[in-house]
Amino acid sequence: MKRGIPLIIAGVVGTVLVIQYFIPHTPFGVLNDVFSDWFSIIQATAIWLGALNLIKVSGDKVYKRKRDWQFSLVVILCFLLMVIVGFFFSGGRRFLDPGTPFSLLYDYVYSPLVAMMFALLAFFVGSASYRAFRARNKEATVLLIAAFVVMLGRVPLGDALTGWLPDWLHLSVISNWIMNVPNLAGQRAIMIGIALGIVSTSLRLILGIERSYLGGE
Amino acid sequence: MASEKTKAFLLKMIGIDRRIIFIFVFIALSVPMFISIDMNIPTSPEVEMLVETMEKLPDGAKVLVSLDYDPSSEPELQPMAETFLIYAMRRNFKIIVIGLWPQGAIQAERAKAVAEEHEGKEFVYGENYINLGFQSGNELVIQRMGSSIPAAFPRDYFGRPVDEFPIMQGVKNFSNIDYVFNLSAGYPGTIEWVLFAVDKFGATLGAGNTAVQAPMIYPYLGKQLKGLAGGMKGGAELEILTSLEGRAVKYMVGQTFAHAVIVLFIIIANIAYFATRDSKKGGVL
Amino acid sequence: MSVFGIWVGAVLTLGILSFLYKDNPFYKMSEAIFLGISAGYWFVSLFWQNLVPKLFDNLGITKLLGLNEEDGAIQAIFVHGEYDERIWYFIAGILGIMMLLRLVPKIGWISRWPLAFVVGTTAGVYLTRYLASNAVAQINNSLKDFIVIGQPDFISWTNFNYLLIIIGVTTGLTYFYFSKEHKGITGGAAKIGIYFLMITFGASFGYTVMSRMSLLIGRLDFLYSDWLRLIP
Repeated sequence: MKRGIPLIIAGVVGTVLVIQYFIPHTPFGVLNDVFSDWFSIIQATAIWLGALNLIKVSGDKVYKRKRDWQFSLVVILCFLLMVIVGFFFSGGRRFLDPGTPFSLLYDYVYSPLVAMMFALLAFFVGSASYRAFRARNKEATVLLIAAFVVMLGRVPLGDALTGWLPDWLHLSVISNWIMNVPNLAGQRAIMIGIALGIVSTSLRLILGIERSYLGGE
Repeated sequence: MASEKTKAFLLKMIGIDRRIIFIFVFIALSVPMFISIDMNIPTSPEVEMLVETMEKLPDGAKVLVSLDYDPSSEPELQPMAETFLIYAMRRNFKIIVIGLWPQGAIQAERAKAVAEEHEGKEFVYGENYINLGFQSGNELVIQRMGSSIPAAFPRDYFGRPVDEFPIMQGVKNFSNIDYVFNLSAGYPGTIEWVLFAVDKFGATLGAGNTAVQAPMIYPYLGKQLKGLAGGMKGGAELEILTSLEGRAVKYMVGQTFAHAVIVLFIIIANIAYFATRDSKKGGVL
Repeated sequence: MSVFGIWVGAVLTLGILSFLYKDNPFYKMSEAIFLGISAGYWFVSLFWQNLVPKLFDNLGITKLLGLNEEDGAIQAIFVHGEYDERIWYFIAGILGIMMLLRLVPKIGWISRWPLAFVVGTTAGVYLTRYLASNAVAQINNSLKDFIVIGQPDFISWTNFNYLLIIIGVTTGLTYFYFSKEHKGITGGAAKIGIYFLMITFGASFGYTVMSRMSLLIGRLDFLYSDWLRLIP
């Protein structure tokens, strides 16, 4: 029950979806559509699980008065605010209409916060570039030069610095060449390698050889 | 080799408090906000390919726009969304918006408002524009759309059944869509659109990506992906090539300063590194 | 509302920015608000945009509760006596509930069933799609454009680039092939592959810098234009 049935489920579902690639007709085509719809619903509940788990962990911190428990209380209160506003005070299915309380919370609370969280990385990129990026060997030097050419070539400064040279030596032209030739080649090699790894792992999951997703017991 | 005094100064510089570096970054990006410089922004083949494909579409074409990003990628991708919707308005495209990220559909409404203000007219909801909202399921949503778009998105962004709307009449799957335009900040995004919509169902796809993801998309260019606008520079090129210069072009001043500062940081740090390296040991001092 | 909203957004933005000086209660408060609002946003969005139309409407639960005028599977089968294939959505509903039972430690193992469904679906779909699009198609794309000897434009800058791409892909893949020791020809090829990969990583770094700086430019534009109104 605990391990046997999940392995059978994974194997059967995976096999059906592999077969439907080759035989898209009934019943495999129909099963493909059905499984896709079910996946959408189950994934929604999986994300719900994540949100509820966050509240559970925060609640635990508040209950046991762990360090910074006050901030965990803020997490819970903000979650409840968003849920109550979204479920009951924003017009139901029309909760995203402009001007609803939910929409206002999205515009003036959620958006600035998520944007600034990621914008912080700009400072850390600057700091990391200064403190860690060294041309210690030939490979690192090649990496550094490629980074310089791309960074300068992607802004007008690159052409301003090399404008006096023949067209093919302009940094924007070299930068385009780097992206479309050596970068493309390297990315393609990585992509093919990853694809082969995914094929191997998918096969192991379908055949039940890989069981780590089931956890212990 | 540098003298002892110089070495000590350089070592101090390498070990500088990172908050000083933060201040430099802040100033480098703040100052250009107040400067207006006319910049010559060269265009790249991948954005030219994107615009060429858009221009080959007939007036009134049915275009599926998938906005797969959240407000954290807004400065890079929102200008592209606004530019595309303005262009779509001028070409009378029929726009079907979806989101594989929950925030994408909301960002579409923000871009639509900007496009309508810019053109001084509105999309007619249900006739030349519809927002089908978000569906969870990542690439399985695209796979489901391959057999039935209404089954994947039974209701629109405002909760109404999609078969009520004229724009959705005759839209069953990708064979009824002339072009797919995707703006992507990660997973699910352009890669999933290529794997499923293009390679499985034969859709024609153009994309805009954040600069973090763009290098990974180059292998698809040409055969699987008909054009790519990467990062803020890509957004600026899109604005220039469609003669709709806006935010992305304005932001390129700040981008230029930022890149110059980073390059300078790396050069200074490496000069200090080599000057203070122990030449006997051949390693770092 | 707009002015008040902008001030709220600005204060929260400065709260996150304050982390650059050092970790502090203002930042922790902003971070906690972000976590709670973010989780709540996903919770509500998924309910109204996914679960209600796809599960509750299709099964007819919203009709039973008087929230929808259209019949679902329950009405079709039990009221009109007609078979409705949408009734099979109840399996998805049950699997969804099983997923949520992970929150209860004693019966959390039940969530393995829907998890296995998710894993199986993903594995089945990825196996064929990644092989077709990211392996076979990429090999095809690498080789197809190369102009072979004897054909016009064999000696051209474009064809040289195609050749470089073939060399880059082959040597890059050789570098990642660890079943054979990197000696001799294999070692030489792997060495060339490393240089292609270093250029790739350098380009990625350059683009990453561009991306991160763009995000900060956007935030500064909000602070200077929308909040402080220093820029028209």
